[in-house]
Amino acid sequence: MVAKKITSKIIIYILLIAGVVLSIAPFYWMIVGSTLPSGEIFRVPPKLLPGDYLAKNFQTLNESLGIAKIFWNSLFIALVYTLVSTLISAMAGYAFAKFKFKGKNVFFFIILCTLMIPSQVTLIPLFEMMVTFNWLNTYQAIILPTLASPFAIYLMRQNMKAIPDSIMEASRIDGAGELKIFFTVILPVTRPAMAAVGIFLFMSQWNSLLWPLITLNSKEMFTLPVALSSLIGMARIDYGQLMLGTTLSTIPIMIFFLLLQKHFISGILGGSVKE
Amino acid sequence: MLKKKEKQPSFTLVRKRVPYLFILPWIIGFLVFTLGPLGSSLIMSLFDWPITGEAKFIGLNNFTKMFTADPQFYDSLVITFKFAAIFVPLNLISALVLALLITQPVKGVKIFRTIFYLPAVVSGVAVSIIWGWIFNSEFGVLNYLLSLIGIEGPSWLIDPKWAIVTIVIASAWGVGTMMLIFYTDIKGIPPELYEAASIDGAGPLRQFFNITIPTITPTILFNVITSVIAALQQLTLVLLLTGGGPLKSTYFYGLFVYNNAFKHHQLGYASANAWFMFIIILILTMLIFKSSSTWVFYEAEMKKGGKK
Repeated sequence: MVAKKITSKIIIYILLIAGVVLSIAPFYWMIVGSTLPSGEIFRVPPKLLPGDYLAKNFQTLNESLGIAKIFWNSLFIALVYTLVSTLISAMAGYAFAKFKFKGKNVFFFIILCTLMIPSQVTLIPLFEMMVTFNWLNTYQAIILPTLASPFAIYLMRQNMKAIPDSIMEASRIDGAGELKIFFTVILPVTRPAMAAVGIFLFMSQWNSLLWPLITLNSKEMFTLPVALSSLIGMARIDYGQLMLGTTLSTIPIMIFFLLLQKHFISGILGGSVKE
Repeated sequence: MLKKKEKQPSFTLVRKRVPYLFILPWIIGFLVFTLGPLGSSLIMSLFDWPITGEAKFIGLNNFTKMFTADPQFYDSLVITFKFAAIFVPLNLISALVLALLITQPVKGVKIFRTIFYLPAVVSGVAVSIIWGWIFNSEFGVLNYLLSLIGIEGPSWLIDPKWAIVTIVIASAWGVGTMMLIFYTDIKGIPPELYEAASIDGAGPLRQFFNITIPTITPTILFNVITSVIAALQQLTLVLLLTGGGPLKSTYFYGLFVYNNAFKHHQLGYASANAWFMFIIILILTMLIFKSSSTWVFYEAEMKKGGKK
């Protein structure tokens, strides 16, 4: 019995470690690649240890992209988007979770339906809209269209349903206005859910490619994913440069996730997993 | 007292408007950036609509062209369904296996959970670049490792037979989100169920098929729907990894729509393509929901069954 238990534990650990290798190894090669000159990357057998070309790759990458500006574009867009979108979804989620009103079910059904619309359908008219507004190559073109995120609203609603009505009733009896209740009572108690939604929104905007690729064509305005895809499109791909760019776009979001993952995982799962 | 009574009507009136004010930003966003474009996309599909120049009304011509005069439309559909047929089961099974692993009572599972989720955190662009290098047939790490054990790896991205497999593997790398969804569900199963089964002499395998699977079937259904939809919309990886090639073997439907719009500048035709995809997704979702009643065990039934 004991021996059987030990073998099953060993098997579990072997599988877990296999999973770790599959999850991590590609990142390892990405980092190794960013420290090698392009010529070294294309070598048989491939180099499995980091080289010393990191600084040189950084220099060429900076020359071809202007890293600081691109980083700033990505960061600014993702931050503004996250702040505004989290607020919008908290407001809507609160209304759906805590109020009775006419048309509530219809509105909520619409939200669930919009989850199913493929982005390709709205992409083309949205592009035309941006052309009409003369908004190509602007921050607002990237930020505005997806601000009202149905998934974020859905998550906020799930989380806010757990708030007891008595909290709101107590403040109402004290004569607090509805906006005041929302900002001073509701938002503070839903901080974990907002964190989870915020992380989700930040990651999706930071990683977003398609829409920025269509609306941005001046190098000055590129976000990290667009800039990287422009490097792939070049006639001669400099892989050292490309791997470094990928590393630079990936590491911050991974650190961000690792720091906040506790909130993210429990919040995204609707608070159903107690840590 | 009297004062309070007077205030009551205006108070409730305000209260009634409050929820609408709270959903107002969403309503505006929905009307301007979703419903509006959805409608204009349907209208555009009836036009010959170049990026520059005059749009011309052509009725249903875009649709007849799509169904009768564009072989690429059918080819892309077939390739996309082929992709979905491999990707969806593979994704489901690997998500479920990982979820089962991280629900095992061993030390450090939380760390494993985080590590398994990491690939889902990075962008499609990063995934394309990293896997593009790993799969490089001459210099890639994968074929080198295969050569060490005496296998000559295929020319992944260059061979039309293998390119689609490459896309499947790179897509399946981001399985973490689905793993988390399964994980919550499995965690939510009351341990007493397993204890009772153990006492009755059911081994782990029987416990899995008689307790775990029936309990999580609604989640399986949800994951099937979302991964079918994701498969049909797959675009980033083919755009960056293969560009639809070689020999259009990965010219997925999503890329077909994208290229018609932004490469060939036929916005009207691409709108018709996109609407067709939308309808397919709606039909599939409905079909999966319909069929679900035969194989999904909902909690209520479970409880009823348990009481018997």
